[in-house]
Amino acid sequence: MMELARRLPIPQRRLPASPVLLLLAAACIFLVIGSLRSALFAELTVKGVATGAVYGSLALALVLIYRATEVINFAQGEMAMATVYIAYQLMLWGLSYWSAFFLTLAIAFIFGVVTQQMFIRPVQEKSVIAVVIVTVGLFILIDGLVSWKWGADQKFMQAPFGNRNYHLGSVTIARQDVGTIAITFVTVLLLWAFFRFTKLGLGMRAGALRPAAARLVGVRTNALLAIGWGLAAVLGAVAGLMTEPAEYVLQPTLMQPVLLYAFAAAVLGGLESPGGALVGGIALGIFLNLVGQYWSFVGSVLQLPVAFATLLIILLIKPTGLFGHRTVRKV
Amino acid sequence: MTALLEMRDVHARYGPVNALHGVSLTVEEGAIVAVLGANGAGKTTTLRAISNTVQRDGELRFAGKALRGGPETVARLGVAHVPEGRGTFAELTVAENLRLGAYTRRGNLKDDFARVGSYFPWLDDRRHQQAGTLSGGEQQMLALARAFMQRPRLLLLDEPSLGLAPLLVTEVFRIVKELNENEGVTVLVVEQNAHIALQLAQTAYVLEVGRVALSGPSAELQQHESVRRSYLGY
Repeated sequence: MMELARRLPIPQRRLPASPVLLLLAAACIFLVIGSLRSALFAELTVKGVATGAVYGSLALALVLIYRATEVINFAQGEMAMATVYIAYQLMLWGLSYWSAFFLTLAIAFIFGVVTQQMFIRPVQEKSVIAVVIVTVGLFILIDGLVSWKWGADQKFMQAPFGNRNYHLGSVTIARQDVGTIAITFVTVLLLWAFFRFTKLGLGMRAGALRPAAARLVGVRTNALLAIGWGLAAVLGAVAGLMTEPAEYVLQPTLMQPVLLYAFAAAVLGGLESPGGALVGGIALGIFLNLVGQYWSFVGSVLQLPVAFATLLIILLIKPTGLFGHRTVRKV
Repeated sequence: MTALLEMRDVHARYGPVNALHGVSLTVEEGAIVAVLGANGAGKTTTLRAISNTVQRDGELRFAGKALRGGPETVARLGVAHVPEGRGTFAELTVAENLRLGAYTRRGNLKDDFARVGSYFPWLDDRRHQQAGTLSGGEQQMLALARAFMQRPRLLLLDEPSLGLAPLLVTEVFRIVKELNENEGVTVLVVEQNAHIALQLAQTAYVLEVGRVALSGPSAELQQHESVRRSYLGY
């Protein structure tokens, strides 16, 4: 037996998360069967994927910053909300939706970089708590500035995908939901490719993992941290711009519930895991949608408590979140 | 030969604790220089003072110019520092670790990968393996390979023999010598294993509590009474 054990190959990447994968596979099968049997179930599932993708991308923004800076950016939602107002303003000035969309993403990037350099960098070395408090301060500051500039009343924006629906048999799918899913997935895919294939992305990963060693090979960790904040802000902007049409109105509180769900999604996926954040977001979106419909006592009022109760149970079973893992490290 | 690195009266401290009390040393271009000493003598701190990862003052010159800026700037000048613990990015793959080695450089790395392969043939099969799963000896080789990818003028090695079996130590030092001879890399190596370090280096410095206690050609130090007793054990 010992001999055999010695000859077995060492797992090369992570310790297998197979129970989690099995659970996800089971959930997928459940969703497919349910969707085939009931049109309502299918519609709720698709809608859930769309809202979940938005939670997931904001959660991904949180994870990006958490990995690099080891703090939760409490202002992430408000930064996203502010960028939606920028898009709103650009459209008021006569830009078309999509040119405003892409220009907003560019502005969001700069916004993130400047925020990091101006507010986070000075306290970065002090303590984690200091950075957290600064992000809370940013939350209030951005909220106040937006309310002062644009007012706290409801604004209306052009819907990017119109109000049309697609019909697949008896299932009706909103174009808005398909568009949201497509946009978030393309964004996440681009981001993944950036981290996976580019030198800058590699440097950012190295800087997040081992800042001291990264600086020794010449990685400018400070500049890359700012870029990380910029990318997180872009993700947040995408989440915000996709939230607005789902809510129909724009007001300064737009992203506050979304931020709560994004927290839940990030923790559910394991704060360290980008893929986990996305899966966590989508799982949460579907779960809330289905539970809200089929468990009559939950309705729409109890959605948030139910979400957090479920999260608590999952974390009791697996404290590192679904995809949190310990890496193999020999010394 | 001209001096590639000059340290004159360098002090360094960790918060209120002084670790170096005026260290001066010179590394000639193309040479291998060893820094010996017991635990806590300031060997690691000497390297940290060069890459500026410790609070330091005093005069440091690299290739005739004052050495300034943070570790990322020092790396860009052509100093590859393999730190204590080897600086492996355990969560990244072997190939990614190598690409990080070349982070300061531009252009195509195909040629470099091939040359790294000639020094470390086994690395090629392991390219997609997570670096943390390599053995200690392999990680030390990877650290050398990563430093080589940087094409440094000066290689700083912090205790390359630490935790390695004697055969592997010999192998590591053989490769260091090859890099020095074939690629013209100047080496400053910090070692507790004085025996092997003195065989490799032409010049050596012995540190004692943050000061240079002795220095000279390796051959002379090998004969030196106190070095023999304290570090060589005969």
